[in-house]
Amino acid sequence: MNLIREKRKLAPGVYEFWIENNHIVKYAQPGQFVVMRLHEKAERIPITIAGKKDDSFRAVVRAVGKSTYELCMAKEGDSIMDIAGPLGRPSEIGFYGNVMLVGGGVGIATLLPIAEALKAQGNRLYVVLGGRSKEYVIMLEEFSKLADQIVITTDDGSFGIKGVVTDGMQMLFEREKIDIVWAVGPTIMMKFCSMKAKEHGVRIWVSLNPIMVDGTGMCGACRVTVNGKIRFACVDGPEFEGELVDWDELLKRLAQYRNEEEHSLKLFMERVGDLSWL
Amino acid sequence: MKPSPKKTPMREQEAKERIKNFFEVPFGYSEEEAVLEAGRCLQCPAKPCVSGCPVGIDIPGFIRKIRERNFPEAARILKLYNNLPAICGRVCPQETQCEAKCVVGKIPGSEPVAIGRLERFVADWEAEHSIQSQVEIAPAKHKKVAVVGSGPAGLTVAADLAKRGYEVHIFETLHKPGGVLVYGIPEFRLPKSIVEREVNYVKSLSVQIFLNMPVGRAIPVKDLLREYDAIFIGVGAGTPKFMGIEGTNLNGVYSANEFLTRVNLMKAYLFPEYDTPVRRGKKVIVVGGGNVAMDAARSALRLGAESVTVVYRRTEQEMPARREEYLHALEEGIKFYWLTQPIRYVGNEKGEVVGVECISMRLGEPDESGRRRPIPIEDSRFILEADTVIEAIGTEANRFLLSQFDGLKLNKYGYIIADENTCATSMRKVFAGGDIVTGAATVIEAMGAGKRAAEWIDRFLSGEYDPWK
Ligand SMILES: Cc1cc2nc3c(=O)[nH]c(=O)nc-3n(C[C@H](O)[C@H](O)[C@H](O)COP(=O)(O)OP(=O)(O)OC[C@H]3O[C@@H](n4cnc5c(N)ncnc54)[C@H](O)[C@@H]3O)c2cc1C
Ligand SMILES: Cc1cc2nc3c(=O)[nH]c(=O)nc-3n(C[C@H](O)[C@H](O)[C@H](O)COP(=O)(O)OP(=O)(O)OC[C@H]3O[C@@H](n4cnc5c(N)ncnc54)[C@H](O)[C@@H]3O)c2cc1C
Ligand code: SF4
Ligand code: FES
Repeated sequence: MNLIREKRKLAPGVYEFWIENNHIVKYAQPGQFVVMRLHEKAERIPITIAGKKDDSFRAVVRAVGKSTYELCMAKEGDSIMDIAGPLGRPSEIGFYGNVMLVGGGVGIATLLPIAEALKAQGNRLYVVLGGRSKEYVIMLEEFSKLADQIVITTDDGSFGIKGVVTDGMQMLFEREKIDIVWAVGPTIMMKFCSMKAKEHGVRIWVSLNPIMVDGTGMCGACRVTVNGKIRFACVDGPEFEGELVDWDELLKRLAQYRNEEEHSLKLFMERVGDLSWL
Repeated sequence: MKPSPKKTPMREQEAKERIKNFFEVPFGYSEEEAVLEAGRCLQCPAKPCVSGCPVGIDIPGFIRKIRERNFPEAARILKLYNNLPAICGRVCPQETQCEAKCVVGKIPGSEPVAIGRLERFVADWEAEHSIQSQVEIAPAKHKKVAVVGSGPAGLTVAADLAKRGYEVHIFETLHKPGGVLVYGIPEFRLPKSIVEREVNYVKSLSVQIFLNMPVGRAIPVKDLLREYDAIFIGVGAGTPKFMGIEGTNLNGVYSANEFLTRVNLMKAYLFPEYDTPVRRGKKVIVVGGGNVAMDAARSALRLGAESVTVVYRRTEQEMPARREEYLHALEEGIKFYWLTQPIRYVGNEKGEVVGVECISMRLGEPDESGRRRPIPIEDSRFILEADTVIEAIGTEANRFLLSQFDGLKLNKYGYIIADENTCATSMRKVFAGGDIVTGAATVIEAMGAGKRAAEWIDRFLSGEYDPWK
């Protein structure tokens, strides 16, 4: 169980893993995630299930701190100590008509199973993928097979249009009548996507990634304010309607352990040495 | 020698030392102390103490064996009734159970026999002398039972069914078995090595424990119903409640569950050796008056807080925490604001909590629980400074599993409706017990439910009795 069967670099600091786990493969639905603990002293980190084949599921991970650096350093043949899942409410897959899918960074990977399921329901898919530069626009090939139209945006203009994903959204909104939007990526991106969708009067689902501990609804670390009410992202979400989310509060909550995170990463770097190759 | 009217004292870590560490506070009895304390028991033929014990331990029976210095036999007697005695000896509210009924305690000026301390002594003695008291396991019955949740209810039902010859599989969503015993109750009150020891005992009876298994997600309920002859649900009441006042989502405001889970299960007190962080507040406010509030307050103190203050909306008389834990908290320097209710958390521009606005209360008429209802006093608002707030105001049913059991009847609070005696639910083959039936209660009550459920599951599976007919 939990054996890393394949590992591949997708972009600088971004890795794809195929991890063996029968339960997750058997029952995972689009939009769900797992909680992993790498070893006895590790924290529990939530990672989205970004696909499955045979007896393995896919995780796409970006190294941002101690735990994700450590995970990205794991090798094929290593095992992960604990993986609990699938967790979270699955995406509301159905037939909507014209669906816009917006992905940024590793959020692109999260979006893929949702895109596949929506496609299978007969929806037309209008896809916007964004990244800092060309190399960060991951999984383009897989999306190209599914999308009816695809727009790429990069911050530096090295690929597609120079700009951010909301520019891509604007282009598509002008061209097509969109029935519903899914946006997955960094919190700040999802905030602006929600504003953009609202501007056009279209419903939008976002996949929130607050700090979690258990991922099963028993601690409340992941609480977010949605439509003025406290919700637990791990059991009531992670997907919520973007227009209703209190984004500024979520952004502040994500910074809650900034000092501890920096300290932890610094100690880790001192121990393992240079990690720029990741 | 005439027996002392007081309990034989138990040595413990000095308050000023123990607030700097997470080691257990009391040290437990030596053999001599235990024998001395056992000598205070009158061996009453009517055994009133037993009627106060939710699992009906033969209390004078095991105490007599201590007096005779036959510790292995004392342990054997205990284990007949209680699979987890080292845990119960530490965390049971004996003062409202067995010890409340003890005849010695009824004598004016006299304290009851220290039954809890004796229980703990016997369990620890057995472990230290690595004697496993002989347990008989019945021949295999070739029937399978699934237990959902590995808290005290789940562990007990599993152990008892295994002894009766059933194949038992426990499914637990966390990465460690034990439920509240591992994630909630702190190390200094219940060392995790003891929970591990008791869990190992349950495993030694051939119970299989599958971790990281959120039932309802990793295994659909219908698969469980198909693959097992009976199911026991012991998922606890783990969902934290929040008062929901302004500022609840400020950084530094925790549920007690989150705070204690970080500290206990994830060992955040050893950060950065362990990866999970927790805020080490300087001025900590804990809201609530139960065991959970005491545990949170005393943990915060050990993490290095300068001041820890408990605010409770009733008074010392009404607070539900165990007396012993409250006294420990007082000794350690924790402050209490009685008749005080937070109404708003004050935050700064970074979204961090910096204070708690409170209102003073007075007690009115008794409410449905029989306790006098607190009523706010107008114009009595004041602000307490705080960089960390921990709400310990209770928990409710964990929803995600129950929502998937079609046809399982719940009460108005969302807890499972189960027969008090048989633990049978509205669904055939499905039994339930512990906090998920009663709401947040005690370890021993959860174990009591586990024991009864084991007995009735056995009767049901052997065709002797069908609770659904
Ligand atoms: C439901 C869910 C699904 C997720 N899926 C994925 C995924 O598929 N791939 C992936 O790479 N990451 C995913 N994340 C984010 C991932 O869990 C965090 O990046 C990780 O926990 C950070 O741990 P760390 O120790 O490496 O970094 P830390 O040292 O904890 O944090 C480093 C930096 O990352 C930020 N950060 C911390 N936690 C999160 C978070 N939960 N989300 C975003 N930023 C965070 C911090 O604010 C800080 O700036 C998901 C999060 C959630 C809640
Ligand atoms: C901080 C704290 C201090 C306490 N102190 C005391 C004390 O001193 N004395 C005392 O007697 N009582 C005390 N209690 C109460 C006592 O711990 C509980 O009453 C008791 O643990 C309830 O046992 P249980 O088996 O019903 O549930 P729990 O102990 O809650 O265990 C339930 C288990 O089920 C798991 N679970 C939940 N959902 C699923 C799912 N879908 N699939 C798989 N597994 C699942 C949970 O992860 C958990 O491990 C305390 C409680 C707390 C929180
Ligand atoms: S009531 Fe007290 S004195 Fe009597 S048997 Fe029980 S423990 Fe002993
Ligand atoms: S992560 Fe603990 S409740 Fe959501």
